[in-house]
Amino acid sequence: MRYSFLSIAREALNSHKGWTEAWKKPQLQPHYDVVIIGGGGHGLATAYYLAKFNRGLRVAVLERGWIGGGNTGRNTTVVRSNYFLKANADFYEHSLKLWENLTQELNFNLMFSQRGVVQLCHSFHDMEALTNRYNALRLNNIDSDTLTREQLKVMVPDLNYDSDARFPITGAVIQRRAGVARHDAVAWGFARAASGLGVNIIENCEVTDIDVDMNVVTGVRTSKGNVRCDKIGICVAGHTSEVARLAGLKLPIETHLLQAMVTEPVKPFLHTAVASSALHCYISQTDKGELLIGGGIDGYNSYSQRGTWPKIEEVVSGAISMFPRLRGLRLMRTWAGVMDMTMDGSPIIGKTPIKHLYIDGGWCIGGFKAIPGAGWCFAHTIVDDEPHPLNAEFNLERFRTGRLLSEQGSGNTPHRQAH
Amino acid sequence: MLLISCPFCGPRPEDEFGFGGDATLINPKEDDNIQDVADYMFLRDNPKGWHKEYWFHRYGCRRWLKIERHTVTHEIKSVSPATEQNL
Repeated sequence: MRYSFLSIAREALNSHKGWTEAWKKPQLQPHYDVVIIGGGGHGLATAYYLAKFNRGLRVAVLERGWIGGGNTGRNTTVVRSNYFLKANADFYEHSLKLWENLTQELNFNLMFSQRGVVQLCHSFHDMEALTNRYNALRLNNIDSDTLTREQLKVMVPDLNYDSDARFPITGAVIQRRAGVARHDAVAWGFARAASGLGVNIIENCEVTDIDVDMNVVTGVRTSKGNVRCDKIGICVAGHTSEVARLAGLKLPIETHLLQAMVTEPVKPFLHTAVASSALHCYISQTDKGELLIGGGIDGYNSYSQRGTWPKIEEVVSGAISMFPRLRGLRLMRTWAGVMDMTMDGSPIIGKTPIKHLYIDGGWCIGGFKAIPGAGWCFAHTIVDDEPHPLNAEFNLERFRTGRLLSEQGSGNTPHRQAH
Repeated sequence: MLLISCPFCGPRPEDEFGFGGDATLINPKEDDNIQDVADYMFLRDNPKGWHKEYWFHRYGCRRWLKIERHTVTHEIKSVSPATEQNL
């Protein structure tokens, strides 16, 4: 059923009795061409683009829990493409361009709001370094701008402009096409669109083993029975090490916690997303009026999906330094997701040493913005058995060849990677 | 919040400590093959379960510790000094 003003009007007259389920709940079949493990944004986007570009291909998405119940429902919803390295810049810009038309393409309101993402500068040298980075964006045909302190004051008047602040604000850089989106809607929209193209979405179906014969995948074993398949795509960021282990692979990944939190809702006063590297904190205001606050990872290996207090205190103190008027607000909720932290801070989309087994993971703290781009590239990689040029450098071999993609240059220390 | 029983200082909260990563990695030898060095640098077991790891008592005795901790429950099974014999 297509969603439109007319369908709403019709259903309003029909007491809303005619709405059908957004995606079907089929039985698990014994054979598929492609099995995607993981029903979050990435897995569903991959399935959608697989089905869209290859009509007739039999695709299943196997999800251990429920659709969008993992990191897709736990992130801070920022979508941007302000990356320095060419491979990252081209990939994330491709993803951002897909975002710009995604609500129409999926016929599902993703509430994508290109309200801009501002990165604060706190010193002359900060201004130099970030201007250099944002000039690099321009060379890659990505919109970017610098803001003087006075321009920033007009745009975000509530920041702490006190020159005695611990980190005084000297200016900012901005990507105006960046923004935020409704995170759950992305999973639901892709699930509905993929289901409409014939993809089988199987919830509550945990993959317990991956069958490999002569170094070629032959199928998966699940809590709902065994499935034979030609190709397998793993889209389980946070748990990629655990699922890859089923096929005997060891990855350059550590799993870490990342927390986020929201305050009680207040009247709208913040119309962009604002980030500060010095304060390890970024903030946006949701459509409900809550201040959505995020920071760095907790800093030690964990799959618990449960954050710890010292990090909340650190993030909140950064938020208050940035916006002193937040001081009186109460936090309503805090939560944590589990991140695949790679050794160079960049993701992995590509082939593995096992034939027809592919990995989309290692998203560190930034997988949400990549959902359409990663799904698009991963679908190409699976069908062609060869990476698309946009994700060619996100290969797994780079950790053997030494051709790393490190925006931070912080070495093989995942707990220090954050961008 | 972890409560880490430092063998030198007694039970202390986690924010006195710095995390030092996987403690099962063994330094490569000088004549090791370059691929083994790459694997040592980058590959991690990353288990969902018991994990041996290094911690540094940054705001305490400044000694390195080796801790066995569960990555789902955060329960700590053992804490010992990270001596050379204990690597």
